[in-house]
Amino acid sequence: MAVDRPLTVFFAIVGLLLLGSLVWGLLVSGAVTFARLGSLVWDGVMRGLVIGLAGIGLSMTYSILNFANFSHGDYITSGAFAGWATTYAIAGFGRADIGSLLLVGAGGSVLGGALGIGVTTTPVAVVAGVVVAGVFTVLLALAIDRVVYRPIRSESGITLLITSIGVAFALRYLIQFVFGSSVRGTTAAGSIPQVPLYFIDGVVRVDAHDVTLLVVAGGLMLGVHLLLQTTKLGKAMRAMSDNEDLARITGIPTERVVRATWIIGGGLTGVAGYVFILWKGTLGFNDGWLLLLLIFAAVILGGIGSIYGAIAGGLIIGIAASISVLWIPAAFSRAAAFVVMIVILLVRPQGLFSGRSTA
Amino acid sequence: MSDTETPTGTLRQLWAEDAVKIAALLFVIYAGYLVSGLVLGYSVRGQLNSLASLTFYIGVFATLALALNLHWGYTGLFNIGVVGFMAVGIYVMAFVSKPLYGAGGSAAQVGGLGLPIPVGIFAGMIAAALLGFVVALPALRLRADYLAIVTIAMSEIVRFTFLSSTFQQFQFPTLSGESTRVGFGGGSGLILDFPDPLLAFIDVLGLSGAYDGLVRLVGQVVPNNPDPIVHSLVYGLVLLGVVAAYFWLLKRTGESPFGRVLKAIREDEDVARALGKNTDRFKIVSFMLGCALMGLAGILWLMGQGAVTPNFFRPRLTFFVWIALIIGGAGSNTGSVMGGAVFAAVLYQGPLYFQNVVTSVFQPGDAPGSFGPAISPLLSSADPMPFLLYTLDSVRQLQLVVMGVVLIWLMHNRPQGMLGHRKETAAAIPLGRRGGGAGPESGSSDPDSEPAPQTDGDGTGGAADE
Repeated sequence: MAVDRPLTVFFAIVGLLLLGSLVWGLLVSGAVTFARLGSLVWDGVMRGLVIGLAGIGLSMTYSILNFANFSHGDYITSGAFAGWATTYAIAGFGRADIGSLLLVGAGGSVLGGALGIGVTTTPVAVVAGVVVAGVFTVLLALAIDRVVYRPIRSESGITLLITSIGVAFALRYLIQFVFGSSVRGTTAAGSIPQVPLYFIDGVVRVDAHDVTLLVVAGGLMLGVHLLLQTTKLGKAMRAMSDNEDLARITGIPTERVVRATWIIGGGLTGVAGYVFILWKGTLGFNDGWLLLLLIFAAVILGGIGSIYGAIAGGLIIGIAASISVLWIPAAFSRAAAFVVMIVILLVRPQGLFSGRSTA
Repeated sequence: MSDTETPTGTLRQLWAEDAVKIAALLFVIYAGYLVSGLVLGYSVRGQLNSLASLTFYIGVFATLALALNLHWGYTGLFNIGVVGFMAVGIYVMAFVSKPLYGAGGSAAQVGGLGLPIPVGIFAGMIAAALLGFVVALPALRLRADYLAIVTIAMSEIVRFTFLSSTFQQFQFPTLSGESTRVGFGGGSGLILDFPDPLLAFIDVLGLSGAYDGLVRLVGQVVPNNPDPIVHSLVYGLVLLGVVAAYFWLLKRTGESPFGRVLKAIREDEDVARALGKNTDRFKIVSFMLGCALMGLAGILWLMGQGAVTPNFFRPRLTFFVWIALIIGGAGSNTGSVMGGAVFAAVLYQGPLYFQNVVTSVFQPGDAPGSFGPAISPLLSSADPMPFLLYTLDSVRQLQLVVMGVVLIWLMHNRPQGMLGHRKETAAAIPLGRRGGGAGPESGSSDPDSEPAPQTDGDGTGGAADE
């Protein structure tokens, strides 16, 4: 057994050593408090929910259209900007020039903190923002698919991948052109209600935006699960990701399934972008792109095509990136997530939830 | 193609030579830059500077595209971590060749090992190749798109490593048994305080006299401070020499038995393995060679810049190289050079040159600071001026939008690149229809003599392309 898969054994030993040092730090030397670990895990779960939610869309297009969509990160950014422009316009209506509001305060003209944006202070604006972020990203994804991807649907995955890099460039720098390159604060950071949860030897702070993220992401994940399990659409998607030609012969309207894929994936991605910004409190034109590699890591880790895989992968990647600071400098937390992904690719390239494509 | 004897026939024959294509393309590019500068009344100094930087970027993008062509065009390895290998190349080179800490009154925060520059360059290439080995060993068993994600993740890990304060400075043992302060400088960057590599190189060749003469000559046209202009022009020419060397090396590699196995792997790895080739080993060697060449390209790009910062190596630079390769057409060395030249001249330097010329000729006022003040006069009083100024001011962002659109357009309309189908077949002999017509009919008597496999069986494809 050990001789069969030396690599797996090696990584398992490394993992056990890391775990051992963590347990030692927690129980014996006291270098790590349970509360700190709890806070880091909570932070990782939040990050992981965003990654998982956005990852569902990526995973679906990856398995059904057969290509790694490198513009997915910029769909996240587009959704976030569309949603936040709405939130700014509603929350700041009458208090500032509508142009500056719609540009999400480009050039420092309006500050999100000054508008007092938060889920408890301006609930209507936030809900409207979530909806607009989702709807806008659906429309964007459909439009891009119509113009860019559909004409080359039958090409190889690599051709589509390269094309998606072009889409990513165009979207990202168009956003930068319109909204500027500055990173702006979006929420009234000081006035978000917080609950300190007592956890063994300290507190883990949970604020209203954490809860919002949890509710929105959890609800949408559950919704997608039900949608794909109880309707014919899920079955059609599974059939298509297995064998597209066969699916078409069976009478499955493949183009309609593709459209449904973009609608579900785009919607989730846009909402993920919005709640990510709500949770983190800052917005920049690069945010989605920076998240993209982590999302890829999550999707590959979970197994391409499986939405549960994307969710589980997202949580693992989020938590790994977050708690890695216990062992290595914080500058390497994203690197740690990538290393986790590479290890999974080496040990189990088909992913954790392989064989269960699309729900 | 049967009118080989007529004058147009000889022209076409000439055009079929790849070197002629490259020379013609470079001529068109330079003429375009010179003429547009002259028409708009650009100063001599500005002209020379823009030609020097144009040459520089043509050189670096052509070398990088050639190295990437070995990975993707020949072997079919989808590497989107090019910047990682470039970064390792220049950082290791700096580590080895920077003077010892505190030596020579240098103001640098950290020192290096103080070894000669050629040693540093060699070490940088070796380090890039070794990183390639580390990435390739496990990743080559993966699908192309997984390899892509692993390589881009690796390039980001490299960037984070050089960015982190952990390796900003540390002690390193020297041969004499003591330790010296070295490091990678973290986010604030690393000062490359070794002696100027170009001047040292010229000195080794014994051409210092000629160089000084050139400086005096240019000094007659540009009276004050001609030195930097000459320096960058000569450096550009050296880079073009490097392009030629890469081209020769990769052409030889591609035509060798080794290269044929690579092409076979690209077409069908299982077949290559069935023929008894250890494909993993071939892929690793090819990957490492390409990585070493990327490392050298990174060194050549940054060696003369005085300093290097980790954030220079963002993934978008990798995609620039990809766009260059795709413009030229993957699989063809000639295409890689031409793609690098077109990318550098039109997409990379072109918009900036345009911006420079327009601002220096028309002297427009200050541009609005953001999109809001730029667009509102257009909407309220149909005054497009602020918007145009803002657009001009944002050329750096918009050029990336243009690159994205060009990439999409290419993948839709010309995925095989500007030269048409030029992928070299894995066979040692031409696979085209031989028995059919007479020798000249299939159009291969002329190209056969020089770039033999480049045009095999498809000589018309190359020649028909204007």
